Amino acid sequence: MIYYDKVSKVFKDKTKALEDISFGVEPKEFVTIVGHSGAGKTTLMRLLIAEDRPTEGAVFFESANIHRLNKKETNRLRRRIGTVFQDYRLIPTRTVYENIAFAMEAAGRTDAEIAADVPHVLELVDIGHKIWNFPRELSGGESQRVAIARAIVTQPDVIIADEPTGNLDPANTFEIIRILQKINELGTTVLLATHNKGVVDTVGGRIITMKNGKIVLDDKHGKYVL
Amino acid sequence: MKIMILTTPKRIFKTGFVNFWRNGFLSFTAIVILTITLLSFGALIFAGAFGQAMLKEVKSQVDINIYFSLSASEQSILALRGEIDDLAEVDSTVFVSRDQALADFQTKWQNNTLIMQGLQELGSNPFPASLNVKAKDPGQYGGIANYLENKSPTDESGAPIIDKINYQENKLIIDRLGRIIPAVEQTGIIITIIFAIVAVVVVFNTIRLITFTARDEISVMKLVGASNIYVRGPLVISGMMYGIVAGIIALIVIAAVAYWSDALILRFAGVDTAANFAFAVNVFSDYFTRNFGQLFGIILGSGIILGGISSYIAARRYLRV
Repeated sequence: MIYYDKVSKVFKDKTKALEDISFGVEPKEFVTIVGHSGAGKTTLMRLLIAEDRPTEGAVFFESANIHRLNKKETNRLRRRIGTVFQDYRLIPTRTVYENIAFAMEAAGRTDAEIAADVPHVLELVDIGHKIWNFPRELSGGESQRVAIARAIVTQPDVIIADEPTGNLDPANTFEIIRILQKINELGTTVLLATHNKGVVDTVGGRIITMKNGKIVLDDKHGKYVL
Repeated sequence: MKIMILTTPKRIFKTGFVNFWRNGFLSFTAIVILTITLLSFGALIFAGAFGQAMLKEVKSQVDINIYFSLSASEQSILALRGEIDDLAEVDSTVFVSRDQALADFQTKWQNNTLIMQGLQELGSNPFPASLNVKAKDPGQYGGIANYLENKSPTDESGAPIIDKINYQENKLIIDRLGRIIPAVEQTGIIITIIFAIVAVVVVFNTIRLITFTARDEISVMKLVGASNIYVRGPLVISGMMYGIVAGIIALIVIAAVAYWSDALILRFAGVDTAANFAFAVNVFSDYFTRNFGQLFGIILGSGIILGGISSYIAARRYLRV
């Protein structure tokens, strides 16, 4: 489904973020990418949503080379990939409902679909009672639930979550991981980037360990080895 | 598909209005800057109108008078007037007959017995007929005077009918005005353009700063797969809203200034000299009333276009996600 083919990324200041990365992700897989800060996890994620371009190599989504897509195709690809960030990235001037509705509007859903699906997805992540609140009125855990709701509301094929628990306390951390696992069980591929040992040990499954822009371990039943 | 064609603009407009309302302080800042800019546009328009009124007044003060010999027949004078009226450079002519000149003199000095007595002692009308000529442009008087001197018109008996043309006496001031007036007009245009450019740059930078605060929002929208029009549209609508509100405020302020300007001009000029400022009084209020449609279009249109285009351009750099 997703394939990184000999991908390298060197930034303008000559920093090597990724070096000769190759790996594939199958549909419905839950892949955890582990590494310290600066290991290249975020760059790896950014390449998948065409937020950045590789210096060498290519990233494929199904059979399409992501970085050769035109604007319209890139927008379509992004609607098939739900993204969750460490800093939530909710739109501050919009209510919880509007933040989620926007993703559906961008995907071309009708008003009736939006009105039906937004409350439903908020219930799924246990944040239905905050539907008319603004992001400034939410805690970190609540904000991240809204971000997850936004990512899943368009029923994407893949969810990428870049350090989604980085700003959360342990209780909220495991609640968010539980939600991601639930989403995966419903058939959505999940790519989770984290440096949290507790999260890695809880999730289990396939673990890709990165160090200095390289993959040092790709284990189907891996453990936190850093 | 048909539904989406209508739904997309509806959502863009709705989001634009909501953003405008919720970004309270930023919207307020943009409206203040745009209002000041539009007021400066209004000031430039009014300064131009005032300048034009002044120049028109100065131009109307410049003329030449042709004084005819006492023996010149009215028929030959009127024939010459017809030829002068046909000249492309001539705006208007006013003929003052000998009888009219005498009557005017008598009216003016009717209370001065010494002068009236002297006039009676003369026994005949000493005043020549004259023709006042106004050119379309002050620089054209020289040409008109030359034309008359070269033509040297005569009456039926062959005697010259023109006694004197006062062009040479006024030549210096007419020539100077002929040079100064176009220079003043050109300077006015240049100043207007410079001010307009400065105003546009200030507005653009203000809206660019507002858009800068929304850069994260824009990147999130792009990352959920929103098309450029979906991201940029509401920003442009908000920008146009700034322009509409600022335009309405500016028009109200301009109307108030135009309404009270007459009293202000008279106060600055001094009541005693009001008569000398007659040309300046009512310039603003008259101009506002006569050109309201045009002013409305320029001020509101400038606001909407400035706000909309600035937002459109400012958003461009953040769309490259």
